[in-house]
Amino acid sequence: MTDAVSKTIFGRLGWESFPIHEPILLGTFAVVVLLGLVIVGATTYFRLWGYLWKEWFTSVDHKKIGIMYIILAIIMLLRGFADALMMRAQQAIAFGANEGYLNSHHYDQIFTAHGTIMIFFVAIPLVVGIVNFVMPLQIGARDVAFPFLNNLSFWLTVAGAILTMVSLFVGEFARTGWLSYAPLAGLAYSPDTGVDYYLWSLQIAGVGTTLSAINMVATVIKMRAPGMTMMKMPVFSWTALCSNVLAIAIFPALTAAFFLLMLDRYVGTAFFTNDLGGAPMMYWNMVWIWGHPEVYVLVLPAFGIYSEITSTFSGKRLFGYSSMVYATVVITILAYLVWLHHFFTMGAGPSVNSFFGIATMVISIPTGAKIFNWLFTMYRGNIRFELPMMWVVAFMITFVVGGMTGVLLAIPPADFVLHNSLFLVAHFHNTIIGGVVFGLFAAMVYWFPKAFGFKLDPFWGKVAFWGWVIGYWVAWTPIYVVGLMGTVRRVHHFDDPSLQPYFIVAAVGGVIILVGILGFVMSIVMGFVKREQLRDTTGDPWDGRTLEWSTSSPPPPYNFALTPVVHDLDAWYDMKARGYERPADGFRPIHMPRNTGAGVILAGLALVLGFAMVWYMWWLAALSFVGLLVVAVGHTFNFKRDFFIPAGDVAATEAKRRPLLGVGA
Amino acid sequence: MTDHALEPRGAAVTWHHVGDDAHDHGANATVLGFWIYLMSDALIFASLFAMFGVVSTAYAGGPVPREIFDLPLVALNTALLLASSITFGQAIPHIEAGRVAPTRFWLAITGLLGLAFVGVELFEFSHLIAEGAGPQRSAFLSAFFTLVGTHGAHVTVGLIWIATMLVQLGRHGPSGEMKRRIVCLSMFWHFLDIIWIGVFTFVYLYGVLR
Amino acid sequence: MKRAAGLLLVTALSLLLGGCEKMVTMFPTGDIALQQRNLILFSVGVMLLIIVPVIVLTVLFAYRYRWSNPNKVYDPTFDHSTKLELVIWSCPLLIIIALSVVTWTSTHLLDPFRPLDRIAPGKPVPVDAKPLNVQAVALDWKWLFIYPDLGIATVNELALPVDVPVRFAITSSDQFNTFYAPTLAGMIYAMPTMRSELNAVLNKPGESWGYSANYTGRGYSDMRFKLRGFEAADFDGWVAETRAAGGSLDQAKLIELIKPSEKDPAARFASADAGLFDRVLNRCVEPGKPCMVDVMRRDMERGGGDPNSHHMGAGMPSGREAEPLIGDRPKPALEKTPEEKGVGPNVTAPAHGH
Repeated sequence: MTDAVSKTIFGRLGWESFPIHEPILLGTFAVVVLLGLVIVGATTYFRLWGYLWKEWFTSVDHKKIGIMYIILAIIMLLRGFADALMMRAQQAIAFGANEGYLNSHHYDQIFTAHGTIMIFFVAIPLVVGIVNFVMPLQIGARDVAFPFLNNLSFWLTVAGAILTMVSLFVGEFARTGWLSYAPLAGLAYSPDTGVDYYLWSLQIAGVGTTLSAINMVATVIKMRAPGMTMMKMPVFSWTALCSNVLAIAIFPALTAAFFLLMLDRYVGTAFFTNDLGGAPMMYWNMVWIWGHPEVYVLVLPAFGIYSEITSTFSGKRLFGYSSMVYATVVITILAYLVWLHHFFTMGAGPSVNSFFGIATMVISIPTGAKIFNWLFTMYRGNIRFELPMMWVVAFMITFVVGGMTGVLLAIPPADFVLHNSLFLVAHFHNTIIGGVVFGLFAAMVYWFPKAFGFKLDPFWGKVAFWGWVIGYWVAWTPIYVVGLMGTVRRVHHFDDPSLQPYFIVAAVGGVIILVGILGFVMSIVMGFVKREQLRDTTGDPWDGRTLEWSTSSPPPPYNFALTPVVHDLDAWYDMKARGYERPADGFRPIHMPRNTGAGVILAGLALVLGFAMVWYMWWLAALSFVGLLVVAVGHTFNFKRDFFIPAGDVAATEAKRRPLLGVGA
Repeated sequence: MTDHALEPRGAAVTWHHVGDDAHDHGANATVLGFWIYLMSDALIFASLFAMFGVVSTAYAGGPVPREIFDLPLVALNTALLLASSITFGQAIPHIEAGRVAPTRFWLAITGLLGLAFVGVELFEFSHLIAEGAGPQRSAFLSAFFTLVGTHGAHVTVGLIWIATMLVQLGRHGPSGEMKRRIVCLSMFWHFLDIIWIGVFTFVYLYGVLR
Repeated sequence: MKRAAGLLLVTALSLLLGGCEKMVTMFPTGDIALQQRNLILFSVGVMLLIIVPVIVLTVLFAYRYRWSNPNKVYDPTFDHSTKLELVIWSCPLLIIIALSVVTWTSTHLLDPFRPLDRIAPGKPVPVDAKPLNVQAVALDWKWLFIYPDLGIATVNELALPVDVPVRFAITSSDQFNTFYAPTLAGMIYAMPTMRSELNAVLNKPGESWGYSANYTGRGYSDMRFKLRGFEAADFDGWVAETRAAGGSLDQAKLIELIKPSEKDPAARFASADAGLFDRVLNRCVEPGKPCMVDVMRRDMERGGGDPNSHHMGAGMPSGREAEPLIGDRPKPALEKTPEEKGVGPNVTAPAHGH
């Protein structure tokens, strides 16, 4: 086969694109293949393919999609965290003559992959997954507004994640930092596959996230149970609404920025080039118009989680519900007005810098009010220190420090000293780990029994908790310190030996966090092993206050046999307090959406399209693009999208659950 | 503060909604959801407009708007697209009333006008590229081609959608589902009209006048 | 277990304290960095006014209202108090108002573009003081410093006289870098086609390091420069030494320097041609490439203003037929013939080109 023919078929994919001479990667690849074979083999042996396809992959049930999102996030967390440990190890040893075990070519890919994966494929899927699972239950809905779209969004996110993972073994990932700033990410300076992998995987996943956000907003607005006015809606659902409104407002900017960078790389336009009148600054502006609000997209639902948990475990209504809601809305709006603080040091001029600095600080007012609201929810409460509540307390203590360093960085002259230093890196890990990650773990522990009918193992849950909390402080306090010593980020080798002890301590902290992560995995495993002891038969294991606890654990496919009517905030608490009794009859047929494989197929085609574009296989790209169009249009010809669960089936299901649930509560 | 005060404990309270569960999944949510989608699409266009604004005078020694914009052609294009919005408007009362044939007729007319619009745009683009004023020449031209081309791509998607509706109307008649789809399509089509007015004013007119 | 924890704590504390003199941002030698440090300390102090009580209250409430404490007031209906709400909104508000005032004034006073009005606390800039001009150019991956007043240049070494106001003009050849001198005055971006300014003064002689704080690719980690502060007489000696060492920086040498290289040792040039900084700024270092400032002026003349009175720029091809301004523009993916696609490397392959 001549070169021209093979290149027409395979594009720039050649033997050189595979790391066949790299023992570490080959080993990793072998392990992945082996694990994959074991999983595939086991699935085949136990004849689970049909079950998985029918009950999970094609499912349009928001609960199952939520769970799949969370599984994706946990798998990607392992990858992202492996990257983190590799960086910590490199920085702990690479001093003076010792260049460490990673050259810059490796190291630069690792920090890029770490940031990209942790935000796009860990934090976002976790938040989306929890919102997906909890929010419809909390507002008393049968499902989300667009169940098929929900399935498609999930699989598009998976396609993006797979494309990122493929870059580990075929070609390489970007070496440009997690936002792939222009002009470095332009064709002139990064001609390899890395940035293309980055752009295509995030673009595909980004479409999924945008569609999911539209879905969630429509759900909250249109599908709340009768009687649930906006001001009777649980705080978590409020934060889910605000977070998704914000996501819809920001993701287009990122999509546009990536689209223009793609054009620069594929068509040769001059948007972000240094020559021909390009404006690389515009890329920075667009990615940060997305980037800063994105932090609030992640942290607002976490705030909602803390609110639900504090109120439940303190045995009290949330203190200052309405001020909590207003604070959330204010943060949503202000989040859009602060992006420039990511580049004060570009010299936008003192008045512009002051404006954005002060706007940033103003966000700390509603955030501070929220912290006080949680404090006064605890005040005069009766606090049960179960695991979710422990996470809340750890969050409050950790997060305020991150908030403080955040306000510090928002003061432009202070930022002139600390910008792009490791102090900054410590700050955003402080807020994201202390604010978002702690919240997501609290949420997983809190709602796990709702999803699976048994609690997580408490001992390993505590190991996870202490591992993360102690690990966070040990890992990031020294990084704050070296930041104040003038050390900048993304450096893979140091000369000054006096910095080394700090990086060694930080690496130890990383290992402690690893204990936390493994502890969490163990708490799932041991929870499953001891599931009979940990079984929740009441549907309400924590004495909850919101509607999701009114149905059984796990909930039936239709969530609620009869649509609940809400009279008060904390609807389920209200129902319990007023002697609510579960209905025994009077059921009606329930209208449900039908499962469909279209989402999996569309996402699969998108994945092929992305891969083909990365490797310049134009024929395959064209084919998969046409395939996408045909399947998408073809799907609209399917008019049989729903079915009814007969009243008799509902009655039978409920009759089985009723004795288990007990009456009244 | 609480509703407890209003309803005494133990009083008969309705806990369940026992209306017929025709709970049409997202029947009225679809229009809202599609509206939200259009808003996010508008933000993509806003980003492209902003990009164009930033580099609108970055000619890099290459052609300037006055040299390359053919206003009569653009006026023709604008007329075609505006007319297509009017013809789409003609289809709406018919689909509301459940009349298939006139709905298909007006949709087809709309599609033809849209097709003409895309054709004129492709002619304009190929002409410019042949003259050396392609998207690679300067940041200004990059932004021009991208903004106008993205709008054109949307119109093309609209054309595919119209074709699909023509077929589906024939198969399914004016069902509730079809009505909803055509209402969404009309929102999409008018939305593209509004974007085009922005393009026409901001890119072409302002470009030539300054 | 307890002992290990104790050991860890002691190590941590000694590291925290032992690192003091190394904490350059907290013990700077330049007046601007000193003012920035003071601002950091002040705002941290103000914020601790609210952070410490919050942490204390969190622990206190968590302890006092625990399930197992029988001696507590449990009031499940306590979910609203207008007075408390007033307090919890106004406390952060007051602190932010205070910080906002400080932010507004300090951002204007410490704006890097603003000429200095003092060289040290209580020491205004002498009326006859002539600031030292330094042109800093970020290259891949080294720093070039041109002293236009002295006609000399250095690579990866920045020498400054003590107590003399310095005015930096900063740009970059290709990447977005950050000129970061933590002991002197913090940082500002160095960006291609853009000119940043930084006004600063060094108050103590001695050596420290400066960096690029924005990731720019392969050689970024080692892109540092030595910042050397001299007393006035010693600085003159340093200049004389540089001039005696020979070597000259002209356009040809600059083109060579701009090529990517890593871990470059410090170097000095006894003479430096005038106007090199402006050539980098306008992306016309290569001979024959039109300078951006000229192109833009001509663009404005042709594209803006009255359509009836526009006139072409002299000495350049007319816009419509003009060739692209850059000769070695990389071919975009879709234009590549199969042979030109090359092979996408894997992680182990060293980066080629850039």
